[in-house]
Amino acid sequence: MNSSRIRRGAGAGVATLVLSLVAVPMTFIGSAGAALSTPPTQGMAPQQSVGKGEGTLNLIAWEGYAQPQWVTPFTKATGCKVNVKYAGSSSEMVSLMANGGGHQYDLVSASGDADLRLIYGGNVKPINIKLIPSWNQFRPFLKAPSFNTINGRHYGISYEFGPNVLLYSKKTFPTAPASWSVLYNSKYKGKVTVPDNPIQIADAALYLSKSKPSLGITDPYELTQAQFTAAVNLLKSEHPLIKKYWDLASQEISLFQNGSVVVGAAWPYQTNTLQAAGAKVADTIPSEGATGWADTWLLATNAPHPNCAYKWMAYVSTPKIQAQEAIYFGETPANTQACAIMNTLQKGGCAAYHANAPESYFSTIKFWKTPLSTCDNGKSNCVDFTQWQQAWTQIIG
Amino acid sequence: MSTEVRFRQRAGAALWRRPWLRGVLTLSPPLLWFLVVYLASLVTMLVTAFFTVNSLTGNVVYQWTWSNFSQIFTQGVYGQIILRTLLMAVVVTITDALVALPFAFFLAKIASRRWRQVLLAMLLLPLWASYLAKVYAWINILSDKGVLPGIESRLGLPTTHIAYSNIAMWIVFSYLWLPFMIVPIYGAFERVPDSLLEASSDLGGGTWSTFRWVLLPMVLPGMVAGSIFTFSLTLGDFITPLLIGGSNSNFIGNAIYDSAINGGNLPFAAALAFVSIAIMAVYLLLARFAGAFEAL
Repeated sequence: MNSSRIRRGAGAGVATLVLSLVAVPMTFIGSAGAALSTPPTQGMAPQQSVGKGEGTLNLIAWEGYAQPQWVTPFTKATGCKVNVKYAGSSSEMVSLMANGGGHQYDLVSASGDADLRLIYGGNVKPINIKLIPSWNQFRPFLKAPSFNTINGRHYGISYEFGPNVLLYSKKTFPTAPASWSVLYNSKYKGKVTVPDNPIQIADAALYLSKSKPSLGITDPYELTQAQFTAAVNLLKSEHPLIKKYWDLASQEISLFQNGSVVVGAAWPYQTNTLQAAGAKVADTIPSEGATGWADTWLLATNAPHPNCAYKWMAYVSTPKIQAQEAIYFGETPANTQACAIMNTLQKGGCAAYHANAPESYFSTIKFWKTPLSTCDNGKSNCVDFTQWQQAWTQIIG
Repeated sequence: MSTEVRFRQRAGAALWRRPWLRGVLTLSPPLLWFLVVYLASLVTMLVTAFFTVNSLTGNVVYQWTWSNFSQIFTQGVYGQIILRTLLMAVVVTITDALVALPFAFFLAKIASRRWRQVLLAMLLLPLWASYLAKVYAWINILSDKGVLPGIESRLGLPTTHIAYSNIAMWIVFSYLWLPFMIVPIYGAFERVPDSLLEASSDLGGGTWSTFRWVLLPMVLPGMVAGSIFTFSLTLGDFITPLLIGGSNSNFIGNAIYDSAINGGNLPFAAALAFVSIAIMAVYLLLARFAGAFEAL
């Protein structure tokens, strides 16, 4: 698309003047390809060495991913002052990067459902894995997973992963609920909270895969139209039970704290924070299993501070920081050497957060990924992300 | 004489001889500012509303289409959101007008000078506090472990569960914008001479007919002026629904936020923004007929 075409369409007068002002930047961002062929930045050669830090590092991260206990030592050691923009959902991370944020931010801690969107959108670029020594200590399945490595090129470095859990008040539930069905049970009308996030449809699909086997759901992110409709209908029937759809983890924390909800879908982070504040809550992974996330630090295509970004990626991959993050957030580190340190930070911490679990454990978590119209089984009758988003708007009204 | 001084003298003389040039030079900086910053951003938004995005990558696709607008008007959910927002704006405006009328009358006509100063200060003081702090205060009052249910259970009354609902939003909005309604009505009451009230009662007018036929027509423009604030502030808000709204509380602002921030769909957000601009344009037009701009 060129600027003259925009101008012609808009007519004369002030609009033309104004348009020629805005059309220039538009032509730059409008060029990224749409089809899922090769990532636009695939050909960019990553840097071969890490130079002196630029003094600043700008991150887009999940809440709890840039805590002072490891950010302060990093700044002291490297001179890179860390600024963080917290995002509440994967989609927010994508739009922050897509709408010009890519010129401002260096790294984004995106989850598996955002990675491909960022990679194919040209918002992130290949990294040189040799510059991150701790990568060799990573679990095999996180060294080059399909959500951040394409055609042998790494677009970032795996970080931590974990399950989405069922958070409940111990007052209402003396024993842990055994099934996700409590979220759809009218007994708890007005006492339920779930994330305001289209990917929540996958949680409904996961529950249906066990409670309604006739639907034939095998992968909660690859749904045929009929399976998708069933999941959306389940969520619509859940709507009257919902007190509030939460946007930020802190919102869910106050909902539980002020007694407005008794059960909800959450991250282990909320459980840890609430328990630390003395709230009588606990979490569980019900019998149906759980969805989950596997996060990656992705390098922005136009990162203004690449050396600080590489220093950060190397730093947060070390066993010590991986262990600190795992204990703080309640998730599992990619670095296998973190286990021993987790035990020193919290008694039994390694086992509690599955850092020593066999690879088979990870197949029980259905990690977030971008729903595409092309299913893994080769057919192309799956419902894609656009429809997930539209359906979500209809669900929450 | 240095060249600089000579240049200054010449320029001064030229400006003195040509008054129109003086006008152009004085006006062009603000005019340019208005054109580039204000109009250009609006036009950019209007133009963007006719584009779409690639749903996978979030990049804008520059092809002219009506699809954003047709989506807004064909998908029931947006009609519902627009209606909910409009209704809340109307209800909050009416509530504030009803509360503000007697308050402003007391302030302008009954209170002593000292009382008036105290009341005005109390009225304006909350405007100095952060919007967020005020909303959070209301969460603390209304939530299940909050102040209000606490008092209710103390008194043996059934406890209410108002937090995270549209009723909570109605209370918070009415509280937040009340000063914006009281001040213009107070101003309108102040402009009513006391002699008119005396004349009305001399001619046999009771309290009601004095209010209905003398006071109301004179303060109506003030009310409409105040309503512009309460209506537009409610219409454009998205933080109160986010913080204290329930599961049926999305406003146009939230839909815009969702499409722009979570959905990464700026064109659709722009199309939605035009809906609120259109509503506000109609409202301002009606307010003009009611004489609100003379009262401002």
